[in-house]
Amino acid sequence: MKPVLLIDFGSTYTKVTAVDVDAPRLLGTANSYTTVQTDIMNGLADALSKLEKKTGRLDFCERYACSSAAGGLRMLASGLVPELTAEAAKTASLGAGAKVLKTYAFKLTEDDAEEIRAINPDIFLLVGGTDGGNSETIVYNAKILKEIGGDFPVILAGNRNAARECERILSGREVHICENVMPKFGVLNIEPAQREIREVFLNRIVRAKGLTQASELIKGIMMPTPSAVMDAMKLLAEGTQSQKGLGDLVAVDVGGATTDIYSVAEGLPDDPRTSLRGLPEPYIKRTVEGDIGMRYSIRGIIDAAGLERVAQTAGLTPERLSEIVDMFAENTDMLPYDDETLRADEALASWAVRVAVTRHAGRLEEIFGLGGLKLVQTGKNLVNVDKFIVTGGSLIHTEHTRDIASYGFYDEEEPGSLKPKQCDVLVDRSYIIAAMGLLSKNYPDAALTILKEELKTETR
Amino acid sequence: MEKKTLVIGVIGADVHAVGNQILYHAFTDAGFNVINLGVMVSQEEFINAAIETNADAILVSSLYGQGELDCRGLREKCDEAGLEGILLYVGGNIVIGKQPFDEVEKRFLAMGFDRAFPPGTPPEVDIEDLRKDLHIEE
Ligand code: B12
Repeated sequence: MKPVLLIDFGSTYTKVTAVDVDAPRLLGTANSYTTVQTDIMNGLADALSKLEKKTGRLDFCERYACSSAAGGLRMLASGLVPELTAEAAKTASLGAGAKVLKTYAFKLTEDDAEEIRAINPDIFLLVGGTDGGNSETIVYNAKILKEIGGDFPVILAGNRNAARECERILSGREVHICENVMPKFGVLNIEPAQREIREVFLNRIVRAKGLTQASELIKGIMMPTPSAVMDAMKLLAEGTQSQKGLGDLVAVDVGGATTDIYSVAEGLPDDPRTSLRGLPEPYIKRTVEGDIGMRYSIRGIIDAAGLERVAQTAGLTPERLSEIVDMFAENTDMLPYDDETLRADEALASWAVRVAVTRHAGRLEEIFGLGGLKLVQTGKNLVNVDKFIVTGGSLIHTEHTRDIASYGFYDEEEPGSLKPKQCDVLVDRSYIIAAMGLLSKNYPDAALTILKEELKTETR
Repeated sequence: MEKKTLVIGVIGADVHAVGNQILYHAFTDAGFNVINLGVMVSQEEFINAAIETNADAILVSSLYGQGELDCRGLREKCDEAGLEGILLYVGGNIVIGKQPFDEVEKRFLAMGFDRAFPPGTPPEVDIEDLRKDLHIEE
């Protein structure tokens, strides 16, 4: 036996997962409260002792960790045109596992500057202009950042012709120059910026977030939790050299404050005559809906879906649903305790999935013009994806996971929304996805075997 | 000398793709940096591309007869977006049917285009005008 420990320092819970990488299997999981205010190691020690009560003593030969503690990796980004480089900056940051608090476009204003100072992000991603293109805005924004003060690092990933000038303007601050997120018009190049974000996270953020003690104990990898989830999803879709993956997939994680959607798929149109609009889409994409969550953002679900519709799904009167929503919003630790609150919770989860997957998925528009019908696609076509992965507390502790997940499927009533049509639903009942993402760095085969074993399929 | 950047595309719901390809190659061969947006391009897409790439000119094609409608307001939107003074050309079959071109030209110049080209203008003509307007010496 070769036991490996995977740790997820979450905002509320520290979760530990023990696996055997020799004969790949899950040995056990446990969790305890995250203790970032005092010493992060206390919560970890507590979780470990709970784990070992279940598994017996384990001599871990390796330990890996991810973290979303202390607010996660808090980022701000700025670009030039909202639909182009600003969007590319946001996509890059989300894909690196960050929590993107805001994305700015065009020149930063005085109000923006004040806001940035107040937010004091962990990293600022400054982009704008294609290579050889506009440099005025990125240079202007560098000057604004210079004036803002603070010591947050800036990652420069805009017009390469302006990079050195921006670096000079920002001298005295930690600056990292990398390739442009949009080197040519319409070409997305986000991996270099993402590598840089992970690097800065490792070298700097881990320290700043009180995770240093942990990093001494932990060998190697530390990454933001969403980044670990993405790695796991990529592995599950693509497989390894010796094991086949499951192919294209969509994953949803409905949390208390946000809902994260991941897709691993090229997402190209079915009909080659369809014209594509907008920014090219990354093969692995993460979107985060900050207004959709089961407790802190519960009202956002109602705002987006409508009280009537959610009430209908729950089989409750709008008045009763409204009361329950208020109660959950005020008591963010509260779990459903009777039939009505359970029905409300599940209906809210269903609509959270629906809204978030709809926003993540692409759209197909039919334009009738001179000479007939034209098809135009924006975003990713996920219609042919047939694996739907579900994780997150509100969805993995119910028996109705498949029904809830199906709200994220293609709907005949809304044919323009390119959501998956026919899917197996795979449920992360033992909550191990992030852990397997961590494990996949050095033990991809073990991680994939365990993922396949532990994700329980709810068939069509 | 640094290459001048042109944004080209076919405006509106127009799908005539052949002329656009020819222009792309002709302008590229003539030494321009060409951002080709292809067919079915909205005013906003022309403008966004020109902003990010710091373009020197936008060349709009319209072949299917709806040019007048599709091009209306483009100059004002460019001004609005900070592209004041950017060179704007239009060409193709920019109006419906056969109309005296000097009148057509007048209408497009009034809309804020710097030049409008009659049907069948060979690329050499456009290239010469571009060199003149962008002050490119050979
Ligand atoms: C092929 C063709 C089609 C094909 C297009 C296939 C494709 N994807 O490319 C199809 C069958 C789809 C088609 C459809 C239609 N077409 Co059609 N089509 C033609 C045709 C026969 C050839 C076009 C072509 O490729 N020419 C060759 C290229 C090289 O020339 P060009 O496009 O004119 O471009 C050159 C110059 O104009 C110039 N130029 C172009 N843009 C610009 C811009 C600037 C700034 C400058 C300086 C120069 C410049 O440089 C280019 C290169 O030399 C023309 C007739 C003709 N002979 O021109 C009709 C024609 C353009 N179509 C016409 C029409 C009406 C239509 C339809 C509305 C018909 C219908 N009712 O269904 C639809 C519209 C579809 C749509 N939404 O766009 C009319 C337009 C009439 C008008 N403007 O008043 C034409 C002129 C035929 C006619 N005489 O009636 N069409």
